[in-house]
This record gives sequence, structure tokens and C-alpha cells, in this order.
Amino acid sequence: MFGKLTLSAIPYDVPILVGTFIGAAIAGLAVVGLITYYGKWGYLWREWLTSVDHKRIGVMYIVVALVALFRGFADAIMMRSQLALAYAGNPGYLPPHHYDQIFSAHGTIMIFFMAMAFMQGLMNIVVPLQIGARDVAFPFVNTLSFWMTTISFLLVNISLFIGEFSQCGWLAYPPLSEQQFSPGVGVDYYIWAVQLSGVGTLLTGVNFFATIVKMRAPGMTYMRMPVFTWTIFCTTVLIMVAFPILTVAMGLLGLDRYLGMHFFTNDGGGNQMLYLSVIWGWGHPEVYILVLPAFGAFSEITQTFSRKPLFGYKTMVYATASIMVLSLVVWVHHFFTMGAGPNVNAFFGIMTMIIAVPTGVKIFNWLFTMYKGRIEFHATMYWVIGFMITFSIGGMTGVMLAIPASDFVLHNSLFVIAHFHNVIIGGVYFGYVAAMNFWFPKSFGFKLNEAWGKRAFWCWFIGFYVAFMPLYVVGFEGMTRRMNHYDNPEWHPWLLIAEAGAVLIACGIVCQLTQLYVSIRDRNLAENRDLTGDPWNARTLEWSTSSPPPFYNFAILPEVHELDAFAHDKEAGIDTRRAGGDYQPIHMPKNTACGFLIGAFSFVLGFGAIWYIWWLAAVGLIGVIATVIARSADNDVDYYVPVSEVARIEQEHTHNLMAAQAAE
Amino acid sequence: MADHISSSGEGHGSVGSYATGFVLAVILTVASFGLVMSHAMSPSATGGAIALLAVVQIVVHLIYFLHMNGSSEQRWNVMAFTFTVLSVLVLVGGTMFIMHDTSINMMSR
Repeated sequence: MFGKLTLSAIPYDVPILVGTFIGAAIAGLAVVGLITYYGKWGYLWREWLTSVDHKRIGVMYIVVALVALFRGFADAIMMRSQLALAYAGNPGYLPPHHYDQIFSAHGTIMIFFMAMAFMQGLMNIVVPLQIGARDVAFPFVNTLSFWMTTISFLLVNISLFIGEFSQCGWLAYPPLSEQQFSPGVGVDYYIWAVQLSGVGTLLTGVNFFATIVKMRAPGMTYMRMPVFTWTIFCTTVLIMVAFPILTVAMGLLGLDRYLGMHFFTNDGGGNQMLYLSVIWGWGHPEVYILVLPAFGAFSEITQTFSRKPLFGYKTMVYATASIMVLSLVVWVHHFFTMGAGPNVNAFFGIMTMIIAVPTGVKIFNWLFTMYKGRIEFHATMYWVIGFMITFSIGGMTGVMLAIPASDFVLHNSLFVIAHFHNVIIGGVYFGYVAAMNFWFPKSFGFKLNEAWGKRAFWCWFIGFYVAFMPLYVVGFEGMTRRMNHYDNPEWHPWLLIAEAGAVLIACGIVCQLTQLYVSIRDRNLAENRDLTGDPWNARTLEWSTSSPPPFYNFAILPEVHELDAFAHDKEAGIDTRRAGGDYQPIHMPKNTACGFLIGAFSFVLGFGAIWYIWWLAAVGLIGVIATVIARSADNDVDYYVPVSEVARIEQEHTHNLMAAQAAE
Repeated sequence: MADHISSSGEGHGSVGSYATGFVLAVILTVASFGLVMSHAMSPSATGGAIALLAVVQIVVHLIYFLHMNGSSEQRWNVMAFTFTVLSVLVLVGGTMFIMHDTSINMMSR
């Protein structure tokens, strides 16, 4: 009846987990209680959970990403504390069984649910506004993508309290992840979470590709697209190429585990080395899926706060496109030591070094954009400059690892950990936080507090160096990754320093939370409100509409005459909004609960399959199929916003705008 | 919303073309199973033959179910398709290159 699920699957004998559960339960009950107290369930359901509005879906994605950040960071600081303690006979406080789950969960959560969710949130908020569209190409698919990601994250978190998580690292290499060596449910949790969130990501890729190809404003040719849109465009292409590979890799591993097949097993003709090639065929493009949007955000922010158009728009576009293609031919650098010969390693080593060239071009473009610009040292700009320094260092250690001979020395050491945190924190995370600071007023109509933004930056920036530079050193000294305890006295001081860095980063996260709290508290102060919709004097179309934008984004679709359409219109004195013009009824999609339902049934399917509760899995699968059929048969999915309603909303905005100008 | 905006260049097929596609797909699938189950060829030749049948199957799906053709309205489809083929060749060819070298070095066959 309940498959593998018994009462002993609940880890009530592990104090850390019991404490976490009590904390999570209190926090969860508090949130539920507050929503009930203020009577907001209906509002939440109608306006957010079932919304097909890309702006709201984007905000929800980022909320999920921030929750994932806290969970992932809690794992991180536990690992650092374990390594600060577990020296010379002291076993530390985490037994290997628990420690291995923590580093696996940290990697899985930070990549799939922090970074991917943050990235999809940003593209949801920005891209349709930036290309002058009213929504995405497939609004229903958009809410479905969001729910698939969210329920997968929920599955990972459920594994804390029911059963266990994978102990095989964030990519679950076989044969360790096979049934023979990992008979528990941990790897199954991993497989189902990754598979289900992969569906969501792939759909997002298709959706935004179609949106960018089909729905750009009149006059916006490809070479007039803002750089952020270009980077998202290349990211969606990479998603469509790479995510099916991940699905296949997970599918084959799942067949091995569930049906006793032998794709990657030790016996029966399996070849676990093939898994490495397949999974990194996805894994390397994934790195660029994450970092290209950050590059796009840096480009928008640098040009805005340097008060000057981006240096080398065309080279930026070509560099992005070359990175997109080159990222598909470098994957062996993750396993140079596997045993392929010098021909293979030389080819992929050289390709890896070549990919540093377009990336370097981008760095110079940003530097030349700042050169002779009137730079405003806004909190957002801090993250950009911090990125340029940190990412350059990370890129250089990456080129060191691209040399197969030196990789043989450094492979699987903490040097690798230091390198990829150097590029992922310094590139991806700094980029997403900068983007959040930059586009926040567009979503909510008020700015984030700058003082706390700067404090958060300094804590993160210094904390990063204190936490990860020591790891380069112990990596050189031969410390391997995923180690639970050690007795080498040379490593110990460095790992204590790294622990201090993790504490500094924790301060950075506290500063970010404080920044959000202070900004929301002071949202009505005149200097924080964004009445014009263009708080930074920016250059692209999303700033031409109000903040927050009306649900239809643009009453009249903007016409694009040049690159940086809004900057051109401001200089030429053209009213991009054409306020008071001839409004037409606007065609909009209706909200739907189908995305939420398919997500909920997928969760049931995943949970049932993880625990071998087959009737429950069948209920989930049938539910998914039935909801898809019901949705396909539903023709009542759209409506027209009447002209009077559009005119009313636009007049209100014009009124606010004039009040703001009068106040100045 | 794009699904409500009529766009040019999309073929929609007819019952006849779907039926042709379906029959061809069934023949190709049955042929693959038949080859494996009848042991008509050596194992390596069987592998090659079903790979070939699979590629033909892909082409049948593209033409009859996804309505691809070479007309000028379909430039985007053709470009996307070319990029897909290129990426698949890089990934499949690259994996074969890697695994071949690894097998020799690690004596795994």
C-alpha cells in the first residue's frame, strides 16, 4: 500500500533535522496564519498562483529562488563548519551519511532551484517589456513552467523530513548512484526533482524563443534588440539543445534503477563513463545558460549608469552568439582524467581556451563603456564592478584548468570548487542581484534601499574572497573535494579562514533581507517612489511604461526606430507611450489554475514513484493527462480589455506622471 | 497569444499526409523490431541498421507531422533545423570520439 514508505523513513532521531523541521513548521504556520488573518487566500489564488501575467510569474520565480538561496546557503555553512571542526581525530558534527546528502543537496539546489529559477524570473519580468510585447507567446505554458520548477523544489525539501536525499554529488555519477550502491530513495528524489524541473525549464526555453522571434515590437529588427534580450535569446537556444540531453541521462539512470537495466552499471555491459560524457553534454552548456543572462544584465546596467550607449553592441552580440556555439564543444574539460587519449583532451582543452576569447571581449566592452562615461556609483553598479574583478580571476583559473596537464594535478581538488564558485558567485550571482536591484522598481514601483544594498555588496564581495581564496590554496596542497574529515595540519588554518568567509557571506544575506525590509517599509517616501517609470534614465523599452506596468504592458505598442529605442525617443522628443492616442481593445489571456493543477499532480506522480507507491503515481499521471486534455478542450482562454478600461488606467498613469513632474 | 495571431508559412497538413506519415512510421518501427528479433544480421550490423532506420524515422516525422519543407516562408524552421542537426552531430560525434578513445586507453573492450 505505501511502497517503501514506513514510519522509520522519518528521521526523528536526527536532532538537526528535527530542529529544522520544527523551525520550518513554525515559519510555515506563521505564513499560513498571517494570510488567513488578513483574508488574503482569495487574492493570492486569483492574482498570483493562477496568474498568467509574465511579470507576476517572474516575481514568484524570484521568491522561489530566494527561498532556495537560504536553503542552499544553510547547507553551505554547515559544510564549512564541519570542515572547520573535523580535524585531527575530531569527527565533526556531521556523520558522512548526512554530510554527503548536504553537499549533494547544496549543488542541486543552488543550480536547479536558485540560479535557474532566478534566471527564469528575470527573463519573465524583463524580456516581454523590453521587446515591447504584451505577454509571452504561450502564457499558459509559462505558468506551467513555473509550477514544475516549484514542485520539484518542494520534492527536494520534502526529502529532508521524509526519507533522505542523494549522497552522490550534484550530478549523481554512476555506478555510485546505481541501485547496487545507493539502494535508498535519495537518488530517486534527485532524479524526479531534476526531471520534473527540466520539463519546466525546457518549456520556458521554447516559450521565450517563440516570444523573441515572433512578438518583437514593430521596427525592432534583430540588430535593434537590447543586449539582455539577445543573451536570453541565446540562452533559450542552449536550453532547447541541452535540456533534452539531461532528460535522456536521467531517464537512462532511472531505467537502470527502476527496471534493472544496464546502461551505466558495472556489470551486464554497462558503461558508467558514457554517463559522464552525456551528463556534461548538458552540464557545460548549462553553465552558459546561467551566465549569459547575467552578462546581458551587466550590459544594460553598465550603459545606464555610465550615461552612454554600450561600447561595441555588435561585438557584444557576436560574442554572445559565439559563446552559445562554443559552449557545445567543451564538455570533456570536466573529465580530462577519465582516460580518453591526448587527441580528445587536446581538442577539448583548446576549445575551452578559445571560449575565453569572446568572454574577454565582453569584459573589454564593459570597461570601454565605462571609460569616459559619467559613472554613477549606484549600489547596482557596485555589483557590476565587483563582478568584473571577480569573474576575471575566476576566468583565469578556468583557463588553468583547461590545460589537461594541470587539470590532472587539480582535478577533484578544492581548487575546482574555488574556481567554479569564483565564476558562479562572481558572475551569475552578482549578475542576478545587480539585475534584481536594477529592475526591482519596474516590478513594484519603488526603489530598493541603496545603503543596505552597498552593505550587502561589501559583505558578499569580501566574504567571497575570504571564503574561497583559501580553497585555492588547500586545493594546491592536495585536499580533495567532498572530504568529510582530515588530519593534515597545513589545511586546518585555511579552512578556519574559509569558515570566517562563509560567516561574512551570511552577513551579506542578512543585509539583503534587511534591504528588502527597509525598502518595503519606506516604499511611500517620495525619493523611493518611481512615478515616471524611468527611475534610472535608462535606454530600453521596459522603462517607457509605468512602474509597475499595467497588466497589458503597453496601451499602444511602441514603434522602434533605432537600437535603444527609448533613449532614441527621449532624445528625439517622441512620446513612446503616445498617451491619449487611439486605444484599441487589447487581447489578453485569462488566468488559469491548470498550470498549478498539472504541477500538483506531477508532485503526486514524483512522490509516488520515489517511494514505489504505484497507485499514487498512477493517480498523479492520470491527473496530469486529464488536466492537459481538459485545458486543450477549453476555448474560453482569452478576452478583450475594453477601450474605456485602457483609457482609465492610462489616464491615471498620466495623472501620476504630471504630479511627479509638478513636484520636481 | 501568438496562437491566436494567424501567421503565414505554417503548413497544417491533411488527413492524407498524416495517414501516409503514420503508415511509414509504423513500417519503420516494425522493421526495426523485426531486424532485432529475427537475428537476421550480425549484432554490429543490426546496430547500424536500426540507427539508419531511426534517422529515416526522424525525417518522416519532420516532413509529415511537423510539416517541414524548403519553402521560403520556412526560413526560420530550416535555420533552426540546421542548427539542431549541427548540435546533434557535434554531441553524438563528439561522444563517439571520446568513448572510442577511452575504450582503447582503458581497455574496456
